[in-house]
Amino acid sequence: MSISNEEVTYVSKLARLRFNEEETKKMAKELGSVLDYVATLNEVDTSNIEPTEHILQVSNVFRDDVVGTPLSNQVALANAPDQENGCFKVPRVLD
Amino acid sequence: MNINRLTIHETKEALSKGEFSSEELVASYADRIEKVDPKVDAFLLKCLDDAKEHAKKIDSEGKTESSILSGIPYALKDNICTKDIKTTAASKMLYNFVPPYSADVYERLQNLDSIMLGKVNMDEFAMGSSTENSAFKTTKNPWDLSTVPGGSSGGSAVAVAADMAAYALGSDTGGSIRQPASLCGVVGLKPTYGLVSRYGLIAFASSLDQIGTFTKDVEDAAIVLNAIAGHDAKDSTSLNISKKDYTVNLKRGAKGLKVGILKNFNTEGVQEEVKTAMDESIAAFKDAGAEIVEVDFRYFKQALAAYYIVACAEASSNLARYDGVRYGYRAKEYTDYIDMYYKTRSEGFGSEVKRRIMLGTYALSSGYYDAYYKKGMQVRTVIINEYNKIFEQCDVLMTPTSATTAFKIGEKVDDPLQMYMSDTFTVPINIAGIPAVSIPTKLDQKGLPIGIQIVGPALGEEKILQAAWALEQSFNFRKNQPSL
Repeated sequence: MSISNEEVTYVSKLARLRFNEEETKKMAKELGSVLDYVATLNEVDTSNIEPTEHILQVSNVFRDDVVGTPLSNQVALANAPDQENGCFKVPRVLD
Repeated sequence: MNINRLTIHETKEALSKGEFSSEELVASYADRIEKVDPKVDAFLLKCLDDAKEHAKKIDSEGKTESSILSGIPYALKDNICTKDIKTTAASKMLYNFVPPYSADVYERLQNLDSIMLGKVNMDEFAMGSSTENSAFKTTKNPWDLSTVPGGSSGGSAVAVAADMAAYALGSDTGGSIRQPASLCGVVGLKPTYGLVSRYGLIAFASSLDQIGTFTKDVEDAAIVLNAIAGHDAKDSTSLNISKKDYTVNLKRGAKGLKVGILKNFNTEGVQEEVKTAMDESIAAFKDAGAEIVEVDFRYFKQALAAYYIVACAEASSNLARYDGVRYGYRAKEYTDYIDMYYKTRSEGFGSEVKRRIMLGTYALSSGYYDAYYKKGMQVRTVIINEYNKIFEQCDVLMTPTSATTAFKIGEKVDDPLQMYMSDTFTVPINIAGIPAVSIPTKLDQKGLPIGIQIVGPALGEEKILQAAWALEQSFNFRKNQPSL
């Protein structure tokens, strides 16, 4: 199965990744060969087979609604690449 | 006595008899790490001063016998969060990340006063089979420094194989514990999905990831599993079942055990000496009174295909969180916030991680969901049914862990599909969520270890450890030692 350079560019936008021309070509080739292999899935008849979403039959897990101790503002911000006035600082989002 | 060669249970016995103190034990491991790690490059972060302090405290408070693991030094894969200790997942994206909380497994080991020696190398975000995808260093196999240790938990395997830790923890998404254990000649256990909490494990593929153990023998695997298994309310996929002592039935032997082997076992691409090790394992089980049963598993190829779709799809979703806003790497220059995302992610992730994010994003993108992700999840059901049928016929299933022994550094880096194929025997187990253990059997002609994998039904840890212990007695692999 071949993947076009345009498809790679489209998917890379969804994934917020940027590739130069050479990387795009390489990615198209590599994804194509993995998808060829993945096509072996079609050898399995899965009509009337339920997908396994989760290997355990664990349904929604709830805990009691008890107030815990959240991270402090200072601790939550400790790893921030940039911060100001107790907030994460990012480039302007709205013009 | 070479302290560093000892298993956990041997170390514990010596500690209890007062043959050495915790402090002396840790000092001996610290020396070993300083001497050997520069050759094998397993450690990303050494915590030796803290480890020595911890040991001193254990000695002075008389706590060496407070638990089976108290005073025992270990290494942690660097995708397991340690509060206030840098945790990078071997990625530039998390090069400076200091977690504000600890993984459940680390907390359990801390509570037992086991001593953490440091954080060890891995493939970036646990994606790989050779540890060559680490953003920081390439770890070498102690049996031959020109070969890979396997991966993704290569550092954990090497720490134990090179006697730099009494045991180590790793994570296994498609074989990331068992394959490096096999290539490095140690015991690697991947428990049933949900038996060990994933809280604090940096997520790769959440429905497949499972934390497990690297040890010098099977008894140690049971000991460490006892310590890390158990319900955790902080992980909603954690099983709420009563705790077991996995050492109780360990030494029952193989008499009466039904051991399954594959009749359609695809011998293509399997190294001759690995086949010989399989034959010898079959003979050993027969000698020990086990019954050998031929069973059928028809889906190796499809399991690998389903794995790459499901794992990459979940990875693309899990790794969407790395945006340079709250923690980790942020690009230095950008024009606006969208550009910041692009540059941060393009600069912060390595090529294998990007490849998997791309495959996963493609598989989940509009128009392809049914053909790939849903199909993969349906094939998963088919594979689970196949294993259910197998375990109606036998107690445990035996296969090679890896088709070949350790390959050369650089040999497979340019061929992702070849690299993926090295997980053929391990991947189906994660797809089904069942437990498996790899144990070393013998060395091939090049002097590289050959691992055999014992697989069980869900929550069949007792049975696979019992079978593995029996097999271990007949091979006595520990007489071998890498010359470093």
